[in-house]
Amino acid sequence: MKCFSRYLPYIFRPANTILSSSCHTEANVLPSGLLPSGQNKLGPWCSPTGSPAPLSCETGCGEGSWILVCRLLVPTQVSLLSMEEDIDTRKINNSFLRDHSYATEADIISTVEFNHTGELLATGDKGGRVVIFQREQESKNQIHRRGEYNVYSTFQSHEPEFDYLKSLEIEEKINKIRWLPQQNAAYFLLSTNDKTVKLWKVSERDKRPEGYNLKDEEGRLRDPATITTLRVPVLRPMDLMVEATPRRVFANAHTYHINSISVNSDYETYMSADDLRINLWNFEITNQSFNIVDIKPANMEELTEVITAAEFHPHHCNTFVYSSSKGTIRLCDMRASALCDRHTKFFEEPEDPSNRSFFSEIISSISDVKFSHSGRYIMTRDYLTVKVWDLNMENRPIETYQVHDYLRSKLCSLYENDCIFDKFECVWNGSDSVIMTGSYNNFFRMFDRNTKRDVTLEASRENSKPRAILKPRKVCVGGKRRKDEISVDSLDFSKKILHTAWHPSENIIAVAATNNLYIFQDKVN
Amino acid sequence: MFTRGLKRKCVGHEEDMEGALAGLKTVSSYSLQRQSLLDMSLVKLQLCHMLVEPNLCRSVLIANTVRQIQEEMTQDGTWRSVTPQEAGRAPLDRLVSTEILCRSAWEQEGARPAPGLGDGHVQGPVSDLCPVTSAQAPRHPQSGIWELDGPREDRGGFHKSLDQIFETLETKNPGCMEELFSDVDSPYYDLDTVLTGMVGGARPGPCEGLEGLAPATPGPSSSCKSDLGELDHVVEILVET
Repeated sequence: MKCFSRYLPYIFRPANTILSSSCHTEANVLPSGLLPSGQNKLGPWCSPTGSPAPLSCETGCGEGSWILVCRLLVPTQVSLLSMEEDIDTRKINNSFLRDHSYATEADIISTVEFNHTGELLATGDKGGRVVIFQREQESKNQIHRRGEYNVYSTFQSHEPEFDYLKSLEIEEKINKIRWLPQQNAAYFLLSTNDKTVKLWKVSERDKRPEGYNLKDEEGRLRDPATITTLRVPVLRPMDLMVEATPRRVFANAHTYHINSISVNSDYETYMSADDLRINLWNFEITNQSFNIVDIKPANMEELTEVITAAEFHPHHCNTFVYSSSKGTIRLCDMRASALCDRHTKFFEEPEDPSNRSFFSEIISSISDVKFSHSGRYIMTRDYLTVKVWDLNMENRPIETYQVHDYLRSKLCSLYENDCIFDKFECVWNGSDSVIMTGSYNNFFRMFDRNTKRDVTLEASRENSKPRAILKPRKVCVGGKRRKDEISVDSLDFSKKILHTAWHPSENIIAVAATNNLYIFQDKVN
Repeated sequence: MFTRGLKRKCVGHEEDMEGALAGLKTVSSYSLQRQSLLDMSLVKLQLCHMLVEPNLCRSVLIANTVRQIQEEMTQDGTWRSVTPQEAGRAPLDRLVSTEILCRSAWEQEGARPAPGLGDGHVQGPVSDLCPVTSAQAPRHPQSGIWELDGPREDRGGFHKSLDQIFETLETKNPGCMEELFSDVDSPYYDLDTVLTGMVGGARPGPCEGLEGLAPATPGPSSSCKSDLGELDHVVEILVET
């Protein structure tokens, strides 16, 4: 008889229960991809002596080896049950026992983001839900469990809406999540869909008042006539409950689809960018925002360029960048003018005439832009490459990395099946020495900027056995295919890694593949 | 032997042409590729998800690609090149045929001779177009003339649709959109549907749409006229290819 207690963590997180990805009735048999969590097994991220290996983000990607920590399935309908309702066992059966390949489209992860300490990892999906994972606390007895993330909170952030004026649906898909730095016991994050940004407060409650006079323990009203004494209610400990409440809703400021949000380093303002405009918000004011960039032409027929991503400088609260569909990046200074239509710096690489084709512009469109943690560099992702730019040099990037250049000869097919419009994200590691981005066939790539080495890894259930070190993958371009290589024509373009995240200080990465969230850790011997 | 291809001659088989007509074939296959790319782009622009607002970035990129192709075709002269069959036609005839085009697509299909593809494309450097994969193999000139004709005529109307799409994205006018996409499921070379919507001969739809959308538009009548003028121009060019 199968025990369903394994699914409880996805509903709420009991404080005293050690969360486990496996069920206590199972012996050593686990679905592939999940690590054993039994007491007598050492996790692979320990060195053979049993002490945790020191992790430092200083090690490049080539020196460490990456291992799968856990694979988390974004829960489906079960998570929508509130805690007051009974848990319907049948419902759990139906959502979890079916084959993972039947995951609904609503479960597709659309954004991944670590918070500033790396303790929390938030994911947003197409169904408008946000799932927050928390890192397993270190404990002397269970060293091997360190690094594993478990569900901390789940809530429905956005609902589908209908714009009656335009007769169009507004998707509830979460486009971006950005954490605010922690200032008190609660956690705050911004989540956005195409039109509305929301500020959510995630807080823990582990005490509840008991001993009311007018209500009994179940909440039923007592007959006043039966009350003979008065007492003061006291706070008693309870099972830990994590609740998420929407604190602010920033709506009705964007005509076009929001593609980016970025929290300013002053922690008082943030910006939201859509295809043609960027607005500056104050966290406290929801009914007003300042428009700081507007590239909408007076005549929409003349529209040839849109904003694709935007981000604030990590240290200078007056500086931000935004990228365009023509492969350019503009750096703006808000001190220069209220409307930053005139850029302070303009980054563009001259086109290589030998590579010119009808798809040149499309593949030059920048899908993501990220400041380095130092604030000195920006990284941009276009369809085939990742580029690192020095803020002090506008005429060309200082580094260019080929992500999947073998696709250059396939651009026509990729245009036909729309894959050429896929928006890949890119991330820096904590020390800005390694950059990572996704590709097709569930591949993702890491580039070490110092050693100039790169590696291709795969996030898939079939190839990730417990305790195994991820094997580097290679795509064979033409000619003879070696044993472990995969040919370009065999790549699965429906399996794309668009969203990845890197822990701010450690070598832990989160990779989203459809509805699966893979967490990998660098194993340093 | 004359050419290797002659031995394996099979009527209508593409491989035969490669050996003998390598030069012309390269140019014409490039044009075919470019043409099919243009077709594909216009289809992509037309077929948006109507429930959810279309992705503006994607639309802009596709539209820019279409403009780029059209510019290149204009530069090459292929946009205006005259096919052997129509070398003797007076300009007036072309205007006439355009008018017939506006009225009914089906009538004029019989009236106009099917132009050969690649016949007029004698010049034009073969720039670095990305090689077309087997899935995108250039269509044989002889096959599916109707399919090839249809979309090209469509494009006269589709040229307008680029601008209209952007405007309707801004403020959706249900009437105009319906005209534009009234038969999303039907084959895209259904001229009747598209052109009557575009030109707005009997129906006032598109003009109203233009009026309602951009404040800069002068007025319904003048915009219709300029539309017609441009449409004539573009269709006339397309008819020649």
